[in-house]
Parts: sequence; structure tokens; C-alpha cells
Amino acid sequence: MRRTGSGRAAKRRTDRDEAPTVLYDVPGPRARRRNLLWTLLFLAALAAVVWWVIAGLGAKNQLEAEKWEPFLTDGRVWQTYLLPALKNTVIAAALAMLLALPLGALLGIARLSDHRAVRAGAGTVVEFFRAIPVLILMLFANAAYAEFTDISPETRPLYAVVTGLVLYNASVLAEVVRAGILALPAGQTDAAKAIGMRKGQTMAYVLLPQSVTAMLPALISQLVVIVKDTALGGAMLGFAELLASVRPMSANYGANTIACFTVVAVLFVLLNLALTTFAARLERRLRRGKRSTGAVVTAEAVDDLATPGEPPAPKP
Amino acid sequence: MNPLRTTRTLVASATAVVLALGTASFAQGAVPADHGDDDRITIGIKFDQPGIGLKTPDGTYTGFDVDVATYVAKQLGHEPNEIVWKEAKSADRETMLQRGDVDFIAASYSINDERAEKVDFAGPYLLAHQDVLIRADDDSVKRPSDLNDKRLCSVTGSTSAQNVKDDIAPDAQLQEYGGYSECLTGLENGVIDALTTDDSILAGYAAQEEFKGKFKLGGFELSNENYGIGVQKGSDLKDKINTALEKMVDDGSWDAAVKKNFGPANYQNEPAPKIGVIVE
Amino acid sequence: MFDFLEGYDLLGAFWVTVQLTFWSALGSLVWGTLLAAMRVGPVPLMRGFGTAYVTVVRNIPLTVIIVFTSLGLFQTLGISLGADRFTTINFRLAVLGLTAYTSAFVCEALRSGINTVPLGQVEAARAIGLSFPQILRIIVLPQAFRSVVGPLTNVLIALTKNTTVAAAIGVAEAALLMREMIENEAQLILISAIFAFGYICLTLPTGLLLGRLAKKVAVKR
Repeated sequence: MRRTGSGRAAKRRTDRDEAPTVLYDVPGPRARRRNLLWTLLFLAALAAVVWWVIAGLGAKNQLEAEKWEPFLTDGRVWQTYLLPALKNTVIAAALAMLLALPLGALLGIARLSDHRAVRAGAGTVVEFFRAIPVLILMLFANAAYAEFTDISPETRPLYAVVTGLVLYNASVLAEVVRAGILALPAGQTDAAKAIGMRKGQTMAYVLLPQSVTAMLPALISQLVVIVKDTALGGAMLGFAELLASVRPMSANYGANTIACFTVVAVLFVLLNLALTTFAARLERRLRRGKRSTGAVVTAEAVDDLATPGEPPAPKP
Repeated sequence: MNPLRTTRTLVASATAVVLALGTASFAQGAVPADHGDDDRITIGIKFDQPGIGLKTPDGTYTGFDVDVATYVAKQLGHEPNEIVWKEAKSADRETMLQRGDVDFIAASYSINDERAEKVDFAGPYLLAHQDVLIRADDDSVKRPSDLNDKRLCSVTGSTSAQNVKDDIAPDAQLQEYGGYSECLTGLENGVIDALTTDDSILAGYAAQEEFKGKFKLGGFELSNENYGIGVQKGSDLKDKINTALEKMVDDGSWDAAVKKNFGPANYQNEPAPKIGVIVE
Repeated sequence: MFDFLEGYDLLGAFWVTVQLTFWSALGSLVWGTLLAAMRVGPVPLMRGFGTAYVTVVRNIPLTVIIVFTSLGLFQTLGISLGADRFTTINFRLAVLGLTAYTSAFVCEALRSGINTVPLGQVEAARAIGLSFPQILRIIVLPQAFRSVVGPLTNVLIALTKNTTVAAAIGVAEAALLMREMIENEAQLILISAIFAFGYICLTLPTGLLLGRLAKKVAVKR
């Protein structure tokens, strides 16, 4: 919790990455020459690598038009393989987000409870699900659904993928929420107590609403994780998501695996960028609101708190 | 702005979006393999094996397995438009049958003792052999023993590559990927020397437009693979499917399907196997 | 009940997982630090590269990156990383892929650590005439590292679990063995449970040990 103490300073620092940093002086003539030299060297190195990659791909016929053309000229590639798969990815990710957020909030609040049993229970759940690879959670869920429920085989992979994602990400989000609440100035709780609010009221009306803004950066990076992790469901559960669409696609177009994987990777990047841009815009709007304290919880701050088995770090 | 209200609106609108997407997808014909409903039949096939079972860009399915399954389904009283195709990856096949996710599976499914403990097989309907696919200009592989210092490729969990390594070419190296396409990229690029699996599958790849003249089959007949149609253990479908398969051979549809799917690949297929006779 | 375990080298598979984790962790620490230095450095092109690298890599599923190391780097560009047997090549390629991916997260953790170093320190360092590399090496990074042991621990835990993806190019680590066992034995739940337990054995102690270390070395302010 080192970064989140006082509002203004924390905010100024997180904005620092784009602005000229304080790590070096405004460059004078010599420094500028040196920077230029570095720029040129780096550019040369980058260009060399790019050229080498392209030449290498070309030499092995991986840049042949017939390998890439279908994505541009054949609309059926998109209709049959990519778009339905993209839809499945989006559905799974969106469902997982919607379920993981409230569950995570609940677990996070439970970990801050005054009752030791509640704290320990929530703590165990969180640590357990964070320690296991998501893929194993999904496999478990899939087997359990097949064994004990009548969920139809068509939708079972979706359920299993979402379940695995929710269990894991709710545990991570629980830590985000906990960090977000702890990041608020202690005065907020004191003031709430002073006007006679009960614990539940303090949480619902004072702490949670304010911490949402503080938590957004960490929330966003977790949402990206959810989107990417849907791909795990394709390999072993037969969930028809974006990455899994590579297989039938490359079988049809002469094993153009490199082209297929590249296109899918680009789609993932675009999807995630859309998500983060939207979230960043939302964050800016929320932060402009008067109720924000300006505290910020980044993903790293949360991780910082979330070391297994450790009690929350004391506030500075 | 009230952050709480914003969150609420956000959650509400997101829910709406998901629900809309969700209902749309479920309405689009993701019909469960409900065995009480007699109109639909769910069949497991391969989606990524040209000549055997392939999901084409049109969204239709082609291949020998697909034709056999369609014929069998018709004999069972299901029109082609009542078939729900489902991808049956090699590793998932027994589980899919045991769970009742599909009614039957025709997915280059070789009958063996281990599998027969878990599921029942109708057929066999095709006798294939394990073989290798090599580059057309590669003259160094003439006998199976020539594979000894070569780099082999197959898919994860496949027994065929392991068989070659254990029995014929102990010094060969083995690369495993999730799918055959990755192996083909390696074969094309010269990093992999031979892709090994059933000749029926290899022929399909070799016949693809993009690979014309690039690859050839070794023709080694390293094993006998009796393709059967997998059904749930104890299912009464087994006898019905056997009857259908016999009829398919008798009325010439079997030959037509072989010609249609393996003809372009110049694949020397074995004659139609006798039902219930497994060639060891 | 556990008869089916016979004939499978569970410990060996998890040992490969540990080795993958170790080498990738080492690699990502180095490359991640370099990336972080680029991102806070004075050369705009390097800053841009660092930002672009982190953005792209963080948004691609790891499976794609690992498959690319094998299909792209090895098969197409012919990089075999000094080995000639597939097992060694694949292991090294997996380490490379995991490093490329994980270093983006190391970079971000470090950058936030750099942000915790009080401005006064850097200003003081500049005032006595230290250059950017000197400031980074002598003043900023030592403090930044100490304050991000916690976040880095979590990156390490995530990395341990991410090694499962190496199965995609045939590295014989725990997840590949699990896949094989699930296919051959009719014990899905039990097998998953065993492997889940294995991963817990790897990740929980890491978290506890390094968590303690994090507290010990944290910069008191």
C-alpha cells in the first residue's frame, strides 16, 4: 500500500509515464546528440530484426498470398470460423466478468470482516483458487457438470469455462476490492462512524462507492486476463472460442498456421484494446466525479497485498 | 456524478448486452443432444481432417466419415438437415460417448481393446494403415527403417508416432503439436521430415489444392487401423448401424463415398471390410 | 485407488515445470528490467518500443506466443537455440516464449515500483550530476526492486501456472502428463485433483517464503 496514501501525489505519479519523467534532466545539446545516436542505433537494430523476420518468412514461403489471401478476399472465413468464435469468446468473457465482479466483491469484503471465522473462510477460498491453474478448474467444472447436472452438452463447455474463470478471477478480484477499500483514507470510516452509521452502512454507502474508482485500473487488467483465458477452454474442453478456430481454418487453407495464428492474435489485441479503452474512458469519467478520493489501486498494488497467507500490509 | 449509479448502469447495460448475445447464440440452433427428441441426431466427427471430416468455409462438412455418418443417420431415420455435427477430438471421444454428448462418433476412430472397454464399436467401415507423409523431393525415406534418424511429427496424445518410435525407429525424434496443421508447416519448412498417422488422413492433406505435388505418402502400412463407429456401451444403436453399413456397401454408396473423398488423393484404399471382422 | 499412477513419472513432469519456471523467471527478470528502463528512459523511440511491446504482449493469449516460438522462430526462421534434439529445443523455446510474455508483467510491476521512489531522491541524484543510467542503477532500481518483491512474487506464481501452456509445443511438463493420463485413465476428477495439489505445493510455499522476504526488504517510509 505504498503508492496509495495521499491522493494527489499518487495520481500525479501514475500519470508520470508519458510526461517527461524526473529521472533525467531536460536534455541539453550533448544529451540530445546522445539520444539521437541511441535512437538511430535502436532503429537500426529494430529494422534489422524486422527485415530478418520478413526475409525468413519469405524464404519459407510463409508470406505467399495464398496463405493470407483468404482473410481478405474470402468472407466465408469470417462468417464460418472467426466471427462465431469471436462471439463465443466475448460471451464467455462477459459472463465471467459479470459473475466474478460481485462474487469477488463479496469475498473481498468478507476478508475484511470483523469475524475471524468469516475472514479465514474467505481467505482460504481465495488462496485455494488462486493457487491452481485455471485450466484444471475448468476441467473440474466440466466433469462435475457432466456428472451431476443436466446442462446440455452444447452449452456445457461454456458453463465450465465461465465457472473456471469466475472461481479464479473472483479470488483475484477479491484482493482488488480489499486493496481498494484499504486504500481509502481512514478518515472516511471514522466520519461514517461519527455520524452513527453501522458497519454495513459504512461499507455500502461510504467505502464501496469510493473504492470503485480506485479499483478500476486493477479491474481492467483483470478483465483482459479473463478475455485471454477463455482461450484455455478451446484446447481441452472443446469450447469453440477464437483460438480454437485456427484448427479447422488452417486445415482448409493449406496449413497456413502462421497466418491464422497471426490473425487470431490481432483479433485478441483489438478486442482487449477496445475493452481497455472503454474502461479507461469510464475511469476518467468516474475520477472527475467529486466523490473520488483520488486514490489509485494498480494491479501491482493489489498483488502486493495479496501475497498468500500474509495479513494486509500496514498502511504507511 | 454518482459513482454507485454509474456502476449500476454499467452493470445493467453489460447484462443486457450479454443476455442479448446469449439468447441469440442459443437460439441459433445449439440444440442439445436430447435423446427423447427423435428428429435430431448428434454425430461426432473431425473438423480438421480433409478427406475424413472437415468443416469447410461454407459451414458445411465434407469427408468420408461425414458421408458414412450421413448415410447411417438416414438409415436410422434422420434426414441430413436433422444432423447436428459436433467436433470429436481424439482425446475426447470416449468421454463424449460415455456422457451421452453425441449419439455416435465417426471420426477416424480405430477400434482397439482399450477403447472397446469403454465404448462399443459398430463396423469397421474402413481399413486404413499407419503411414508417413514426406516431402515429394525427399528420397531418403524408402523403408520404414529409414525413419530412424528422422524428425517425426504427430499430434499430442496420438499413439501412432509413439509406435514408430518404439518399434521401428528408436533413434527418431518426435515432435508433438495440438494439430496436424502445425506439423505440415514444419514439414513444408523442412524442419520436420515426416508426419505420421493413418494414411487415410495423410492422403487428404496431400490432396489439398495448396499442397499439390509437395508431399507424398511413404506407403509403408505400419499398422492396421480399423475405423469403427463408436456408440455408448450397450447401446442398441450398434446393431442398427451395422445393418446400415452393410447396406451402404451393398448398394454401392460406400464405393461412391470412397471415390468421392479419396479419389483426388489417389489413395489406394482397401476393399470394404466385413462388419465385425477386425484385421489385426 | 492410486494404482493407475504406476508407469507415470509425476515427479519428473513437475520437475520440468520447476525448471521451466526457474529459467523463465530469470529471463523475464532481466528482459523485464531492460523493458522498464526503456519505458522510463530519455530516448523516445525506446519508450515507444517498450510501451508497444507491453501493450501487444499483454493482450495476446500466452498459447499463441508459445506456438509462435515453435512455428515461427524454430520452424520458419530456423532458430534452434543451440540444441539439436526436439526435447531440448522445445524446452528452450518454451522458456523463450514464457520469458517474452512474463517480462511484460515484470516491466509493469517494476515501473510501479519506480514510481514509489520519492521524487526528492531522484532530484538529489540529478543535482549531484548522476546520469540516467547511474540514477537508475544506483538510486532507483535498488529501491524499486525492494518495494516490488510482493508483486513480483505474484508474477512468479502466475508464471508457474502458465508453464502449463508449454504443453502446446510438446514440452513434457506436468500439464502434458495430465492430458495423457486423463486420456488413458478413466479417473478425470482424481487426476485433476492430484495435479491441482501438485501446483498448490509449488505455488503456496513460493508465496509464503517470498511474502516474508517482501516484508523484510520493504523500504520503510
